[in-house]
Amino acid sequence: MTSRVPSLILGRLLIALVTLTIVSFAVFFATTLLPGDTATILLGQAATPEAVAGLRTAMHLDEPALLRFVYWIGGLFQGDLGTSYANHMPVATLISGRLANTLKLAGLTTLVSVPLALTLGITAAMWRRTLYDRIVTIATIGVISVPEFVLATLAVLVFAVYLKWLPALSFTYNVDSFSGLLRAYAMPVITLTFGVSAQMIRMTRAAVIETLNTPYVEMALLKGASRPRMVLRHALPNALGPISNAVALSLSYLLGGVIIVETIFNYPGIAKLMVDAVSTRDLPLIQSCAMIFCFGYLILITTADIVAILSNPRLR
Amino acid sequence: MKTNSSTGSLAAWSGYRINLVGLAAFSVVLFWALVALFAPYITPHSVGEMIDLDYFGPMRPGLWLGSDYLGRDMLSRIIYGARYTVGISLAAVSIACFTGVVLGMTSAVLRGPVDMVVSRILDAMNSIPSKLFGLMVVAAVGSSIPVLILTLSVIYVPGAYRFSRALAINIDTMDFIMVARIRGERLPYLIASEILPNIIGPVLADLGLRFVFIVLLLSGLSFLGLGVQPPYADWGALVRENIGGLPFAAPAVIVPSLAIATLTISVNLLIDNLPQKIRDRSAS
Amino acid sequence: MMTNLVEIRGLTVEATTDSGRWIQILKGIDLDIAAGETVAFIGESGSGKTTAAMTLLGYARPGCRISGGTVTVDGHDMVTLSEKDRAALRGTTVAYVPQSAAAAFNPASTIMEQVIEVTRIHRLMPPDEARRRAIALFRALSLPNPDSIGDRYPHQVSGGQLQRLAAAMALIGDPKVVIFDEPTTALDVTTQVEVLRAFKAVTAQHRIACVYVSHDLAVVAQIADRIMVLRNGAVQETGSVHDILTRATHPYTRELLHAFHPDSGGREVRPVADSGAPLLEINTLSAGYGPPQSNGQPLVLAVKEVSLQVKRGTNLGIIGESGCGKSTLARAIAGILPACKGDIQFNGRELWHSARQRSHDQLRDLQIVFQHADTALNPAKSIEDILGRPLTFYHGLRGKARDARVDALLDMVRLPRALRHRRPAELSGGQKQRVNFARALAAEPKLILCDEITSALDTVVAAAVIDLLKELQRELGLSYVFISHDLSVIEAICDEIVVMYRGQTVETIVPADRQPPQHPYSKLLFSSVPKLDPTWLDTLNIDADRMRVA
Repeated sequence: MTSRVPSLILGRLLIALVTLTIVSFAVFFATTLLPGDTATILLGQAATPEAVAGLRTAMHLDEPALLRFVYWIGGLFQGDLGTSYANHMPVATLISGRLANTLKLAGLTTLVSVPLALTLGITAAMWRRTLYDRIVTIATIGVISVPEFVLATLAVLVFAVYLKWLPALSFTYNVDSFSGLLRAYAMPVITLTFGVSAQMIRMTRAAVIETLNTPYVEMALLKGASRPRMVLRHALPNALGPISNAVALSLSYLLGGVIIVETIFNYPGIAKLMVDAVSTRDLPLIQSCAMIFCFGYLILITTADIVAILSNPRLR
Repeated sequence: MKTNSSTGSLAAWSGYRINLVGLAAFSVVLFWALVALFAPYITPHSVGEMIDLDYFGPMRPGLWLGSDYLGRDMLSRIIYGARYTVGISLAAVSIACFTGVVLGMTSAVLRGPVDMVVSRILDAMNSIPSKLFGLMVVAAVGSSIPVLILTLSVIYVPGAYRFSRALAINIDTMDFIMVARIRGERLPYLIASEILPNIIGPVLADLGLRFVFIVLLLSGLSFLGLGVQPPYADWGALVRENIGGLPFAAPAVIVPSLAIATLTISVNLLIDNLPQKIRDRSAS
Repeated sequence: MMTNLVEIRGLTVEATTDSGRWIQILKGIDLDIAAGETVAFIGESGSGKTTAAMTLLGYARPGCRISGGTVTVDGHDMVTLSEKDRAALRGTTVAYVPQSAAAAFNPASTIMEQVIEVTRIHRLMPPDEARRRAIALFRALSLPNPDSIGDRYPHQVSGGQLQRLAAAMALIGDPKVVIFDEPTTALDVTTQVEVLRAFKAVTAQHRIACVYVSHDLAVVAQIADRIMVLRNGAVQETGSVHDILTRATHPYTRELLHAFHPDSGGREVRPVADSGAPLLEINTLSAGYGPPQSNGQPLVLAVKEVSLQVKRGTNLGIIGESGCGKSTLARAIAGILPACKGDIQFNGRELWHSARQRSHDQLRDLQIVFQHADTALNPAKSIEDILGRPLTFYHGLRGKARDARVDALLDMVRLPRALRHRRPAELSGGQKQRVNFARALAAEPKLILCDEITSALDTVVAAAVIDLLKELQRELGLSYVFISHDLSVIEAICDEIVVMYRGQTVETIVPADRQPPQHPYSKLLFSSVPKLDPTWLDTLNIDADRMRVA
């Protein structure tokens, strides 16, 4: 039995690769549109005409843009991400520590939000049109509709100002104890979880409802199956594809959310690094951070598509 | 999700089932639209005027929404902020949806190489997270109002394109399009007269959705200091400049957040609860 | 005297409309069914027959509710039982074979799992025993490879096989009553014969009471003991098969019987030799789908070197089963799917293969009418716009002249002029198809290709459309190429019939000659069409499987 699945997956990966190339192109060129001469900025006070010329040659700034792009890609593969304008340090060093922090934040959020959202989404679909479902749907719409910083300010108001359970800003991250860990991460994670979960709940609920409306689920009912059985044995296996798609897409929302959350809570992650870099027009830093973001985004989207391919029984 | 609270006799008379929730949402949206439109005529104080000796002052008569971090009247700031938030978002969504829908329909009808090329390009554009794109463009070109509008439109064209293309392709597979084609009809007729009337409903709903996305993104950018620049301020920028009042739960920081929330939630609810034409099943 | 297995008294079912009203869709049904008896529910779409059948399971589709009466099955009143008790009876006492077996199977699960699921839900027997029972049922239903077919997934199995597998799924719980909901409607005529035989054998063996829902009188005549005729939710007539077929009393029943054999009378059977050149001539036409191969032909060749002729003023019928290529042929002639080989001569000139290259006049003279009027009419436009556009496009008519012509067209297809302001969604199936046809007439064509135009319509409505076509031919001097899988419809209207099988023309039959078909496949096809004779199925002497290998 020939299977089209491997070729479809390969095709999808190829598309992702091509997209990555196009995107890196876009990132590179967007940032080179910055006003001002790079070499002059870097040298600052020491910008004599000879020094500038020398630096320009050393940085290949006089060569055609395409060539510079190739150098840059080559550098990326070797781990050389350039030197930050503002800090005069290798970008790689700056990023590595912060990237780890952001990944911790993202990981914690995922751990909390995915089980929560899947449970709420599936149960809301199972008991559609009951009060429980109405409440879940209204709450979800409310959360999706507001910007993350509103969620964040709300969280701060409730937990820090009124209840005084948690500190408003996370200044220290010395997590010696579990409660210390909780206090440091709680606010950012809560804020992010709300946003991510709301997306996931909405999409999961829609996916499960769609599979519940099919003739084969009706057939199961006519064979005498109970509600839980209809959902677990008939609807869910067919909803797995759309649900995984929903999970991956919702997690990609994190990529936008961290930008706001890290800023508002002063969390030392890579998103905050990039926002600061934008303010100081720090080219190499912006490029590298942007590439990491795009790469992560592409991984999530491609995974979502591949899962959808794998879960289609007609392709087996 | 549709809430089934219908107003009985009004429904039967007009032939539409009107939803109370939808009605409420519509009123809110209309309210903000009017505020944005008539801003210069209704602000009690001039925007830059510092009238309160105290900053982050509480809500009281004369200063209905309190004062901000410099002692300026929040009410006036919010009213003018409405202009920027609603205005910029509306302009951006119109451009994005118009471009996206026309491109989508054209791709669906022409298929072949045109469709492939346009879809690939727009898919690639879609692979850049929206906030990131906004950040990069602002870093490169600055954040004047026209740049903001253009950037926001560009970010959301791929979504509008994908949606309208999917709808148009569905219509395209129908026999009546085939009938028109072999009659000898050309592309402009097919798009304007056969396809568009059939997708205009969902397209408008999608427009509403994109409007919400754009409002959120614009507010986010302004909050990061990369959107509307001082002395002008949209609601996101208002939150940014008054963030210092958060530990005191000052109205200056709560009110703009509330304004954004009411606008976006109302648009979302409105889309979900539009009046539906009743098709009564005849009893014969 | 045996007590009745099923007793229905005063059953009413209501459905909710968009505006929140409840209207009755079943208006008081009374019926008895004895053990081992087969009762058929006959009616057109919308008559309520499926709704009535489903009440035996205590089930009403979403948007409907059982509002009154009793439905007693084996002593239990399904209407008043709790949902839990109903669930206990479903699959064990009462079982259901759905109309579309393809949709009723879960694509993510194997066939065997779903067939034995009833035994799992109700804990009837251990899984191994259930599997053995299932395989025995597969064998009894004449399914190929009974030992291994259960391991497949639903999409790997054909439609006719799925229908029988659905029957196995219903029978495995040893029910006393089985509901067959239009199980052969979606199948080819030749497949239908096998399936009907299988059902009849198995249900007779186990003395199972059957409710057979259908709109096809001939099929029902083969398999039922008694018939209940439904229309708009009310019973028109009930009786034994013999009584209904020979001395039906109710006018609606008579109308149904009459529509079964549309008149071939009322048409002058014109002598075939007449004015010289044929209107349409096709020579060795080939067409197909998929990317072109090295020999220039597409990957899948659906039409293989077909030649035929249509003379002016006469009608050609093309008959065949699904997959024979008749629709592809129609599209190739119309230029929608360009042929890869051969030529098309129309009205003395050769036509380009692709419609894009043909002249406006050529496009105008040759019109095509599609099967599904729902998708052939733009739902966003009024009837006026739909009919007016070709008038403007082809003849340049506008304003009052155009309005007058639209009225004339509506008159021609016997529709009220008031319909012009309506949208297609507000029209019935038969009305939509007439508008579809009127649009073709607006171009003032010489030849109309009718691609299965009555296949989606009820029998009575279809008969009316056929009558209309005949009248219009007389009035306007049209010719038709009529494509269908329904022999009775083709015989009613066509002067010549071409039989297609697997992309090739197999035989040309002229009904006026009254000769029986010669080719083996034509013989099979013509004899597979169920007749109103109840003994037809039992005496049928064809083995379809043997034929198909040839």
